[in-house]
This record gives sequence, C-alpha cells and structure tokens, in this order.
Amino acid sequence: MSSFLDRMLGRVKLGGWLAVAAPLLAVVFAAVITSVILLATGKAPLEAFNALAQYGAQPRTMVTIINTGTEYYISALAVAIGFRMNLFNIGVDGQYRLAAVVAAGVGGAALVPGVLNIVLVIVVAVIVGALWAAIAGLLRVTRGVSEVISTIMLNSIATGIGSWLVKNYFGVLTGNELATKEIPADAHVPGMALIPGTQLQVSGFVVLAIVLGVAYYVLLNRTRFGFELRATGKSESAALSSGISPKKMILTTMIISGAMAGFIGMPELLGSSYKYGTNFPTGLGFTGIAIALLGRNTPVGMAIGALLWSFLDNSSDTLQLLDISKEIVAIMQGVIVLSVIIAYELVHRYRIVAEQRRVSRELAAPKGPQQVEGAPA
Amino acid sequence: MRSIAALVAGVLMASAAGCGTTAAHTAHASVDVSSMKVGLAYDIGGRGDQSFNDAAAAGLDDAKRNLGLRQVKELEATPGEGDQQKADRLRVLADAGYSPIIAVGYAYSDAMKKVAPDFPHTSFAIVDDDAARGRNVTNLLFAEEQGSFLVGASAALKSRTGRVGFVGGVQSPLIEKFQAGFTQGVKYVNPRASIEVKYLTQPPDITGFDDPAKARTAAQGMYDAGADVVYQAAGGSGAGVFEAAKDHEAWAIGVDSDQALTADPEVRPNILTSMMKKVNVAVYDYLAGIADGTMRAGPTVYDLRLGGVDYSTTGGHLRDIDSRLEELKQQIIVGKIRVASH
Repeated sequence: MSSFLDRMLGRVKLGGWLAVAAPLLAVVFAAVITSVILLATGKAPLEAFNALAQYGAQPRTMVTIINTGTEYYISALAVAIGFRMNLFNIGVDGQYRLAAVVAAGVGGAALVPGVLNIVLVIVVAVIVGALWAAIAGLLRVTRGVSEVISTIMLNSIATGIGSWLVKNYFGVLTGNELATKEIPADAHVPGMALIPGTQLQVSGFVVLAIVLGVAYYVLLNRTRFGFELRATGKSESAALSSGISPKKMILTTMIISGAMAGFIGMPELLGSSYKYGTNFPTGLGFTGIAIALLGRNTPVGMAIGALLWSFLDNSSDTLQLLDISKEIVAIMQGVIVLSVIIAYELVHRYRIVAEQRRVSRELAAPKGPQQVEGAPA
Repeated sequence: MRSIAALVAGVLMASAAGCGTTAAHTAHASVDVSSMKVGLAYDIGGRGDQSFNDAAAAGLDDAKRNLGLRQVKELEATPGEGDQQKADRLRVLADAGYSPIIAVGYAYSDAMKKVAPDFPHTSFAIVDDDAARGRNVTNLLFAEEQGSFLVGASAALKSRTGRVGFVGGVQSPLIEKFQAGFTQGVKYVNPRASIEVKYLTQPPDITGFDDPAKARTAAQGMYDAGADVVYQAAGGSGAGVFEAAKDHEAWAIGVDSDQALTADPEVRPNILTSMMKKVNVAVYDYLAGIADGTMRAGPTVYDLRLGGVDYSTTGGHLRDIDSRLEELKQQIIVGKIRVASH
C-alpha cells in the first residue's frame, strides 16, 4: 500500500490514460483558481493569459526563459536525487551558493588558462557542493540528526562563510558592489544563437543540463546503485534485509545530491555574470524543491516544470506593464504545485477506489454459490 | 511645506549648477511631457517600502503633478533574482518604448551596463551608482555623509551618556558612507563620545536590509551598554531599531525618508530625526531636466547644497539644537566643514 508521501514524490506510477489525466486536471485547476483571483482583484483573466502568451512567444523572452530554466532544472535534479530515497535535502540552496562562491574565487584567480579554468571552476564547485552536503549526511548517519534540520542550518552557515570569503579573500570593489574578481574572458562559456530575432544567446549550459538529466535517469533506472536507492527510499527495513546498507546509501545520496547542487550556479558564474556578488541569484535551491514536486522527480517532468516556472518568474515584468501585481505570479506558482499534488492524489485515489470496486466485483461473483452452500436447505 | 521648499530650491540650484558646468555631451532635446513614457525599475520592496523606494516613488508622483506626466510604469524586483532578471526588466521597459527609464538602486549597475548600450535612443538614469556610465546614462548620486554628519551632531548634542550607536544593514561601501559621516558629526560635537558600530550582514549577503529582528537585537545590545541614541541605515531592518528604542525609552534616528512620518505610529515618538536622502528630489530633477532638455549624462551628486540630503525636524525634538544644526549645515554648504565619505 502506498503512502501519501510516496504518491506525492512520484514513487508510485500511474498507468494508461490516468498518467495524462492528472497533469491535465492540474492545469485546469490552476487556470480556474488563478482566474478567480484575477477576477477578485478586478482584472480580466483572458487579458492576463493573453499577455503571458504573447510574452512567451517573443524571441528575447524565450532565451531568458530557457536560461533561467536551465538553472532551475539542475536544482530540481539535485533535490530529486534525495527525494527518490526519502531524503529531504533542503540544503541544496546553501550547497550551490557556497560552491559558487568558492568556485568564483578560484576562477577569478585564473590559476590555469582558458578551458582548463572552466573545468577547474566546475570541479571545485562540484567538490564543495558534495562536501557541504556530506556534513548533513554524516550527521544523519552517525548521530541520527534529521537532514531537514541540519541542512537548513547549514544554509545559514554557508551564507556566513560565503560573506567571510568574499569580504576577506575574494572580494573586489567596483562602485558600490563588492564581488569576487571577474573570471577572465578566456574562461567564459559562450552562448549559442539558437533563437533568431534576438541578440541574446541561449546559455551553453543547456547542453550540460540535458546531459545531467540523462545521467539522472540512467543512474536511477539503469544502475544497481539506482535500484538500491529506490529500494531504500521505498522501505529501509526491506532494503536492509536484502543486504543494502541504508547508512551508506544515505551518505552517498547526500554527496551525489550536493555534487549536483554544485552545478546550479555554473550557468550564472561561467555564462553570465562571471563573478559572485550581491546580485548572484539566491534561493534556487528552494525553487528546485518546488520543481521536483511539480515534475514528480522524473527527468522530463522536471524539465517541463523548470521551463514553466521560469516562464512565470520572468513574466512578472510583463504583467506589471498591464498593472497586474507581480504577486499574482507567486500565487500562480503556488497554485500549480498544489494543483499537481492534489490532482495526482485524486487520480491515485480514483484508481484505488476503481481497483477496489473491480476486486469486490470479482469477489462478488463466486459469493453467490458459497451463500447457497451455507444456507439451510 | 519644508520639503516642497527644498524641492524647489533643489531644482533651481541643480539647473543653475548645470548651466555652470561645461556640457560634455547633451543627451536629449526638449520633449513633449504629455507623450513622455517614464519607466521606473525599483529594487526589492518597491513602492510602499516606507524608505528608499518610496522616496523615488514620491519624486515620480511630484513629477506627475507638477510636470504633467501621463504615462508612467513602475516595475518591481523579486527577492533573490539575478542580473539577468534586472537586465530583462530594463529591456522590457525599453522595448515597450519607455524613455526615460530610472533604475532605483545600485543593484542595477551591471544590468544597466549591459542594456543601455543596446538602446542608444533611450535615456536611462540610475540611483546610487557611479560605475554604469554611458552617453545615455545619468548617475544620480548623494552625499550621504553630509546628512549623516548632521544627524551625528544631533545625536551627540542630545546624548546624555556620551555613547551613541550605528546600525548598518549591510557593510557595503554605500552604507559605510553613512557611518563615516555620522562618526564625524558625533566627534565634531563631542570628541570624547564613543560610537558603537554594528553591521547586520556582510556582502554578498544582503538580507541585512530586511531583517528587523536582527536589527532589534543589535540595537538592544547598544542601549543595554549605555547608548541613548542609535542611528540606523538598514533599510527595512530599521523598524527593529525603532522597536528597541521604544523598549528602552531612548532615541533612534531614521534614514532615507522622514521616518517620523512613515514608521509604525507606536515608535514615532522615539525617532529623534531622520537623515533624509531625497531620492525624490533627484528623480524629480532628472525628469524635469529631461522634459526641458537640459539633463546631461554622467554623475550628479545631490548634496546639502542641492537639497539632496537633509535632516528632518518632525516631532519637534530638535527645537533646542536646531540653530546649532543649521549653522553646521551652512558651514558644510560653504565648505568650511569638509565631510569625508569614508
């Protein structure tokens, strides 16, 4: 019997037409609720949706949506690895920020030239992310500290360490902005002019994101480690009795999740701002949690979720041009996540009820003769 | 009344100053104001933050009233966003034909550097930033140290214990200017006064501008240690300093807006004065300059002389020392007192 949590995290699969029904139901839910809120605030929903559609169709905004979506997607992957085995790595946020600060410092120092510097920056980020996540993993394994609590606290500590590093070691002052030294131009990852009609370029990291998505799928579904991970996620005791060490799995999973988190800041660092300063995006780790839920931890689902989320986030300016408050975006995002969870739960329950009916019908058929047998003649 | 007078004086002086300087490059010709589309890109908080962004909004509102602006659009930032979103915000406005576009806050510096060159026929202005320069970019800067000097002097004059405090939101160079001016003002009046300084966070962590609980703890520590006046330059966190002042029945000094008018009514009696950084004057002045074609690209520093910074007298707590402060103000204006910015 599956629990609500299993169903929410997509560990139970829906088959056939139900797999299509759930997301459709979610979209309808979200559209209806958003329309009601828009109407309540005195705005015409159709006008707003129309503006959103027009916004999404412009070449410039498509590029922005893809670029932001790339970061969101990698973040969702990092979160999802933990989710698949019941680990709530809330610390993806701290892991990617600390990884990016250290990597920015190392990259800015230009220890090695050109492409080597790119590789160095990414390797440093991945290692820092993995090590930072390992702390939470070790605490859980050795002292039984819930990773939810420890990672939240580690997020705070990561912020402090980041500031300390920038202030004392990596920081360079430009105007009012204190940031790490800019990574030299020979180590910038170029964009790709994929979408005609705009000067903006699609980040080269889209390729990396796709590779990571495929790696995630292969790791979880086509390797022994992935099987053990999913098995431990479904039942720790069953995993233990079949020879899997849950402690080892917890530590390894946290490390892989943290390593993946190390990639999150790379599109911004190597493809856009080339430094870590006050404008470096924060909170991507939390966005990742929402998208992992939205995409139900599947590589394709999360990709769609990341693009949708990015589209909504980036559309806030366009909505404001129409005098629609930007908070409507946050409401829409919240409603969509809830809709997805509710819709899937409803469909799951429908399936369970339908199955029970089917079973009781099948049981009812031989019931008749039995009664006849037991009844007095 | 006072602020309107200052506003008018500021505008007059600014245009007078403009005539005196040699024009490096004139970016704009006179424009029909009613067809002018003005865009404002706020920093986090936007209109309604009771502080920095609101001051910019007030300047825009003055311009609507006095210059007859019709088409105005204000866009707000989202917490945690990066340069890409900031740049995109400026592009959305420029694409929709807005000009001039005013970016409120130095957070837009890098975004401005990227976007302004792509729209050579759009006029841009950026508040608090000197790094983003361009033929079509006006930098609106403030002499925060001068205004802070005056509130520092008022703190020293009002303090009975000879101990005062400074709570900065984030230890960025901009906020260090407030601290520098404040320290000089205190020491000018009372060389033996002690000043306790506390910053809530270090960059790149900018949550110190939005953490009233942290500010409250910091200020409580200062009051407990004997300080009786605390100056806050901490944006949204400042509310925490005011609460601590109320708890200790001590003075706090506000920042950016006249916070004895904008803060929570409960704490207003504890606000001695506010260091007003008149972003509204700069914004109004800039828009008026665009309208009559006299606005130039490059930096303008709004100081005491231009009415860009000042101290507030709301509440009448400064009545006994007002003449002294006015005297100091004049001395700064004529250059007898030089206030260093760091």
